[in-house]
Amino acid sequence: MKLPRWFHQLGSPPYVYRLAERLCPWLGGLGILLLAVGGFWGLVIAPPDYQQGESARILYIHPQTAYIGMMAYVVMAVAAGVGYVWRLKIAHAVAVSAAPIGAWFTFCALFTGAVWGRPTWGTYWQWGDPRIMFEALLLFLFLGYLALRGAFDERDKADRVTAILAVVGVVNVPIVHYSVEWWNSLHQTSTLLSEGGPAMTTDMLIPFLIMFAAFTLTFYWLLLRRLQAEIVEREGDARWIRELVAEGAR
Amino acid sequence: MSEFFSMNGHGAYVWSAYGITLAVLILNAWLARAKLLAALQRARELANQAEVPRKQPTVRRLQ
Repeated sequence: MKLPRWFHQLGSPPYVYRLAERLCPWLGGLGILLLAVGGFWGLVIAPPDYQQGESARILYIHPQTAYIGMMAYVVMAVAAGVGYVWRLKIAHAVAVSAAPIGAWFTFCALFTGAVWGRPTWGTYWQWGDPRIMFEALLLFLFLGYLALRGAFDERDKADRVTAILAVVGVVNVPIVHYSVEWWNSLHQTSTLLSEGGPAMTTDMLIPFLIMFAAFTLTFYWLLLRRLQAEIVEREGDARWIRELVAEGAR
Repeated sequence: MSEFFSMNGHGAYVWSAYGITLAVLILNAWLARAKLLAALQRARELANQAEVPRKQPTVRRLQ
């Protein structure tokens, strides 16, 4: 099988660095713009829910941050697996870059879920609730991955050992997603992916989807910025890095 | 206006959710930028060191 040229170029650190440099302003700019539009729409324009009232406005950030946390984990696990099998440095750099961002978004999902739970369920936190527990496990997988990395002095060794943790832990992602269907949870099932289409009106669905796009763009913006830093750290005194800093890169 | 901020008694929940999420986004943007700037700074220092003439290799190159 012959792979296209751009595919091979994705293994080249200088190519990826420059590609990220070109993409970042667009991802960041559009991400921030959509966050502002979607945030304003969700807080001001969208109507309150007929049962939950104004607390339903958390709908425009809670599922989105939870989704980004899970997507970050999948990105990390796939990249770590590719890095492990093909010994591809850049793939390991992607995995390391995704971990802290995923951890922060998962924290946001837990926090926004807790403050939504208080007015709707009567509690911030329910020990033993499947959705909450597996989402918390997702956060601990990210933190465990980062802590395990810190235990190694050699970067290559850290890459290979933590890749195993990342790949094994990916089974938790479908468990988080389906936990509300497999077990009895305080948490409701998906509003967007419910049978017979999204269970919300159009004036709620639009900001809901805008925020999904906004958080996704923002995630990849942050990921590429961290990846650039990771590449520069890993390439050390490679010639192209010397040329890059001589050019006066910020 | 204060009605908007109180959100019928749900203001504390809604605003803390949005506030913390916004704070995390800003923090992450700052962390990523700081990490890149630090990496480039280290690379710059490394490049400056490299300009100091090194000992010539003792093994002769193949012609």
